[in-house]
Amino acid sequence: MSVEYIFPEFEVIRKPERCIACRVCERQCSNEVHVFDPATGVMISDEAKCVDCQRCVSLCPTHALKIVKNESTFRENANWQNDTIKEVYKQANSGGVLLSSMGNPKPFPVYWDKILINASQVTNPPIDPLREPMETSVFLGKKPEKIKFDENGKIKCELTPQIELSMPVMFSAMSYGSISYNAHASLARAATELGILYNTGEGGLHEDFYCYGPNTIVQVASGRFGVHENYLNAGAAVEIKMGQGAKPGIGGHLPGTKIVGDVSRTRMIPEGSDAISPAPHHDIYSIEDLRQLVFSLKEATEYKKPVIVKVAAVHNIAAIASGIARSGADIIAIDGFRGGTGAAPTRIRDNVGIPIELALAAVDQRLREEGIRGNVSLVVGGSIRCASDVVKAIALGADACYIATAAVLALGCHLCRTCQTGKCNWGIATQRPDLVKRLNPEIGTERLVNLLTAWKHEIKELMGGMGINSIEALRGNRLMLRGIGLNSKELEILGISHAGE
Amino acid sequence: MVLDVKDLQYNEINEQLRAGSDDIQITGCCGQRFIAAGFSDKKIDISGIPGNALGAYLNGATINVNGNAQDAVGDTMNAGKIIIHGSIGDAAGYAMRGGEIYVQGDAGYRAGIHMKEYKEKRPVIVIGGKCGSFLGEYQAGGIIIVLGLSDDEREIVSNFPCTGMHGGVLYLRSDAKNIDFPSNVSAAEASAEDLDAVKGYINEFCGLFGYNTDEILNATFTKVVPDSKNPYKQMYVAN
Repeated sequence: MSVEYIFPEFEVIRKPERCIACRVCERQCSNEVHVFDPATGVMISDEAKCVDCQRCVSLCPTHALKIVKNESTFRENANWQNDTIKEVYKQANSGGVLLSSMGNPKPFPVYWDKILINASQVTNPPIDPLREPMETSVFLGKKPEKIKFDENGKIKCELTPQIELSMPVMFSAMSYGSISYNAHASLARAATELGILYNTGEGGLHEDFYCYGPNTIVQVASGRFGVHENYLNAGAAVEIKMGQGAKPGIGGHLPGTKIVGDVSRTRMIPEGSDAISPAPHHDIYSIEDLRQLVFSLKEATEYKKPVIVKVAAVHNIAAIASGIARSGADIIAIDGFRGGTGAAPTRIRDNVGIPIELALAAVDQRLREEGIRGNVSLVVGGSIRCASDVVKAIALGADACYIATAAVLALGCHLCRTCQTGKCNWGIATQRPDLVKRLNPEIGTERLVNLLTAWKHEIKELMGGMGINSIEALRGNRLMLRGIGLNSKELEILGISHAGE
Repeated sequence: MVLDVKDLQYNEINEQLRAGSDDIQITGCCGQRFIAAGFSDKKIDISGIPGNALGAYLNGATINVNGNAQDAVGDTMNAGKIIIHGSIGDAAGYAMRGGEIYVQGDAGYRAGIHMKEYKEKRPVIVIGGKCGSFLGEYQAGGIIIVLGLSDDEREIVSNFPCTGMHGGVLYLRSDAKNIDFPSNVSAAEASAEDLDAVKGYINEFCGLFGYNTDEILNATFTKVVPDSKNPYKQMYVAN
């Protein structure tokens, strides 16, 4: 083989005694791994095309298939690892920038897994959520600094617009184009059923989904795709996307091959034309400029919608958040460096940004110190994986969490990390009609509702264990957290004690 | 209806505009931002100088300014018309998708940045004077016409026009021989057919500001178009 050859990452194991050559695997694989050989009457496979999405494994009626990691390897080297060597070959072959999908897979510390949650024993008894009411609703938006009275001594109840959520979780931005119509339909319907919000991402809002407006966040990014007056007024809130955890500091780029049919219509750009979102908003070079965009959106929506500013978690995030809290934004969304993406340059995804746990703790602390925490709500994302991550995030100071990877997993994603090819066998990250129809929006909705209903129960259990019956009483309650195996600097930033203290 | 806005904040101005008649004259404008943001009807005439983001997200209204305007005129405009009897600041028509902007004088940096088009929506910016740097950056659609009528020594456009352009068309009333265009676009002398296609907009400009269309057209125009609508196609390798 020549130097261009890169050995297949996976091996397709087919048990011949089980395979009945029904060709389901062949029909299911958009990567064309499986082929029926009429001469011999058996299925053969080209494993070089396999991405380990598990579609064939899941649908094989006789369980004849498994996909395993290829044992063929370069000579082991702790410094020059297999992936590193392959990446050099790929770039030497092509001259291209490495492009990856989904969140940072590198073994950086996951602080959620180094934080433990408290429970009540003897004093301050735990609460049983099966028998007693537990409040998981949250309101996102600017909170008044103090109670104001009118001349008759009555409390003035005027509030700036708020978002009400039945639980402190929302579906994070994924654009129509990066994910399919059926995936968007599932998210929109599930959000409506759950009493939470989903987010359009920067690709506009499909006309069929305007009816879910009260449960929709419409996003405005630097490319302004599909942004117009009706769109801005369609949702419950408007989100300005300044950055994304998977690719801080760079813009988005949906290739022209994915700008087809309804995607083109929803983004309002011609078919086949690249959708380029520049790295910066070209009218924002300062907090004052950001304030201008915030208020131009408020003017266009007549102050009826809260404005969210979404930024990636980066080194100076506390100072950045302090600026945003003074920009007139109602909500700050912070996206950690493990956040997912439909496509991002590998080097950026794997090396830029900071963990959301540290960013959240630093931001909450800074806003409190400056006395402006009530100016904004904080929403955090960038790998919130489960109910305990949500509870830890709330206790670190978040008002709510954004989830996206967990949501697409619920829809069937198997994290094969090849969204950029547009050939998603699970009907999520694709626009190919034959693949999109594999995701049934009714089942997708049900699975999302199931997931978050289960999380809600778990959140209540965890809260009850701590003797807390309202999520509001957990927010910023860092006494409920302890670190395990963290150094003193990490504990200081997280604002928590070590286990045993 | 006349609305004196000397002592009004921008939110108060927009409230009164919404509540007001279809045809409104604003007087005493002095830097108030966001005027007519998202408006889909009304005809608004402004005396004074409106502030940033005039007519942002404009969706069909008509705005006439008897003076200069500041930054971000017609930001993300969808439909309508903005006429400026003066010069404008930076980032005019940012990401506009429809409607028309006519400027008698000069424009600052980044005019027409990321302008788009879609089907029947084809936005137009006509600038009578000269433009700053980054004209038509990331332009993805629409028509930008710069006439260079101001009589100073500057080039018709400053540095780095059309960087990242991947759609639309740009016309400069100049031979553009001293202007460096990036490698992703083609600049050539506009043909008679090219000019015929945009004559209507130049005619409108001349009607608005009192110029003679034939005199304006009796000059060399340079037409700039992108070479590809997929300018970054070859840059990536799947990993």
